[in-house]
Amino acid sequence: MTALLEIDALIDNPKTRIVVCCGSGGVGKTTTAAAIGLRAAERGRKVVVLTIDPARRLAQSMGLSELDNTPRVVKGSVGPGQLHAMMLDMKRTFDEVVLAHAEPERAKAILENPFYQSLSAGFAGTQEYMAMEKLGQLRAADEWDLIVVDTPPSRSALDFLDAPNRLGSFLDGRVIRLLTAPAKVGGRSAMKFLNVGMGLLTGTLGKIFGTQLLTDVQTFVGAMDSMFGGFRERADRTYQLLKAPGTAFLVVAAPERDALREAAYFVDRLAADEMPLAGLVINRVHGTGVPQLTAERALAAAEALEENGSPNSSAAAETLAAGLLRLHAERMQIMDRERRTRDRFVSVYPDVPIVEVGALPGDVHDLDGLRAIGERLGGTE
Amino acid sequence: MASTPGPADRPTPEETPQESLGASGPDGERGLGPANGPDWEGVRLHVVSGKGGTGKTTLAAALAIALAAEGGRTLLIEVEGRQGIAELFGIAALPYQERKIAAVTPAQLGLPGKGSGEIFALAIDTEQALLEYLDMFYKLGRAGKALQKVGFVDFATTIAPGVRDVLLTGKACEAARRKGPDGRRAYDAIVMDAPPTGRITRFLNVNSEVAGLARIGPIHGQAQAVMRVLRSPETAVHLVTLLEEMPVQETVDGVTELHDAQLPVGGVLVNMVRPPILDAAAVAAVDGDHREEVALALGEAGLGGRSRTAETVRTAVEPLLDPLLAQAREHAERVELEREQRAALQQLRLPTYELPLLGEGVDLGGLYRLAGELKRQGAA
Repeated sequence: MTALLEIDALIDNPKTRIVVCCGSGGVGKTTTAAAIGLRAAERGRKVVVLTIDPARRLAQSMGLSELDNTPRVVKGSVGPGQLHAMMLDMKRTFDEVVLAHAEPERAKAILENPFYQSLSAGFAGTQEYMAMEKLGQLRAADEWDLIVVDTPPSRSALDFLDAPNRLGSFLDGRVIRLLTAPAKVGGRSAMKFLNVGMGLLTGTLGKIFGTQLLTDVQTFVGAMDSMFGGFRERADRTYQLLKAPGTAFLVVAAPERDALREAAYFVDRLAADEMPLAGLVINRVHGTGVPQLTAERALAAAEALEENGSPNSSAAAETLAAGLLRLHAERMQIMDRERRTRDRFVSVYPDVPIVEVGALPGDVHDLDGLRAIGERLGGTE
Repeated sequence: MASTPGPADRPTPEETPQESLGASGPDGERGLGPANGPDWEGVRLHVVSGKGGTGKTTLAAALAIALAAEGGRTLLIEVEGRQGIAELFGIAALPYQERKIAAVTPAQLGLPGKGSGEIFALAIDTEQALLEYLDMFYKLGRAGKALQKVGFVDFATTIAPGVRDVLLTGKACEAARRKGPDGRRAYDAIVMDAPPTGRITRFLNVNSEVAGLARIGPIHGQAQAVMRVLRSPETAVHLVTLLEEMPVQETVDGVTELHDAQLPVGGVLVNMVRPPILDAAAVAAVDGDHREEVALALGEAGLGGRSRTAETVRTAVEPLLDPLLAQAREHAERVELEREQRAALQQLRLPTYELPLLGEGVDLGGLYRLAGELKRQGAA
């Protein structure tokens, strides 16, 4: 029997300072992060929720109308704590890092560099990196005693943990060093002394991208040179922060095969990186008030009604009764499938605590909806 | 949308052989096919996108099967390196090589007619695609290996993500227009399992993505050629959604973005549709006047257990009634939400196809069932 993931114990513990919600797309990860934030605040914590790319109405439910990269107070939470929320603006976060690390003139040169502009807006991994950067900033500010982070909708489960490193290793990768080497030794003349491989490299890059882009990259790297160490260091520090006591990872999934397979990847990966996993949240799990009535019996009864009718009730009532029974049969089949899917996960990961969150008929778009999810998470529904 | 022409009267390639990728593309001379043919007659490149979790890969595969149903040959392309196709078909991971993964007959899709179609698949590997592409233009030979070694490909696709997209879409366009030695098309249709709705416009709009980088040179030329194919009536971008608020909103936004980028929007594929069993009016009826009658009917259907008298039957049924009604209310609420979402989709005025939720998850049998459904509804 697998252990129950006790969300309330987790968020009530003052030692818990960061909760990271990760999982594949479409499983309600952002909603879970927001619901946990609200519940923690209403139970007395001073919380900030960092969301990456929330659906419009979910953002509105927390009063976030714009992407302004600053935590805002969420109005309407009741209880002793306080809830802030913010949406990540990755470009602005990147700009802030540059401004914080370079003297004004150099910072200006970087911000205006066309290559920097495309890197900060579109680099695969910038979003992940900047989410981590922002998390580091929020933690350093020490204004909140709990930070709940939603993670970017990554293509693969691993992007989120890898991205900070990827940007770092890109910036001091071999090609960059090769490219910028001539500039450092003193301009074009130095090219002559480099080997043929180098010529091939710049030649090919020039042909593909045009020489302008290469110049931009070289200028950018030149200007960023002093910051490289800073970038690596920051990425490392955030990575360490994730491993530190006080951080808890929640893997979020839906009771479906693909989502739980992704969840399994996350669990493996977190273990491999020695990241502290608190447990698995399975969203949208179905339940019933009449578990004793099996799908088979309900279907048989529905068929009996539809075929034979009943002597003492109207045709309309028969149809309604048969409808209720068919719905119940469908519900029982869904539950059975969900249970089997979950059991497969449990048999491989018996030690991962799990909390199941009941399915709501519709989407969440206000604090009441988030509160209802929170109650399901806390098991106090 | 009734019967479709068999392989014998399939239209022969109507273009001249010199028109290949890079030459000038068609200028909208082809529209949709005859009124009774499938909806996407003339479309050779089907791009399938959708919000994460909506079953995009599944429906891309089902569409590839449906398009091959009458003796055609289709190519299913995967671009995100997830090996979703292999998973779906229960085969080993796909290499960067076109290979046959399945066959289909009309009978398998529950349709009349003869013939056997073939489904090929390709998982595009960006690194290899870039090297292949460079080799085509520069005859790199062994130098390609050297470039790979220093991490050049990683670098190139990192500093210019657009380059990666050009390569991926370029490969699909090339396959769509490729011809065999006999002058016939290599494939009747290409189906691409593309990135999700949130990224699709950017992914396809390669021209503007690389425009800032390379104003001249082969990448620029390639991007232009790809763009011509993508914007032509030979291409259709289909969006997969569920009848839920967020996926529908993303679909609506996605259609607007595609329109703005002048990319050809195809159909809307509504996945995992469940038939409504009871609506709100019915639930209200049970709650109100009919409550007693419904209880009676449930008892007579055998839910009273071993009870013999009307009274004991009623006692046995009573505890079931409220929970069953609660379930019905939730169901009715969902039916109502779905009705709203369906209305929002109708506003798009696009061909829309509804695919049923497969109770036991999607296995190979389910895939063919979905393909048959797409075929019957005219999507192929």
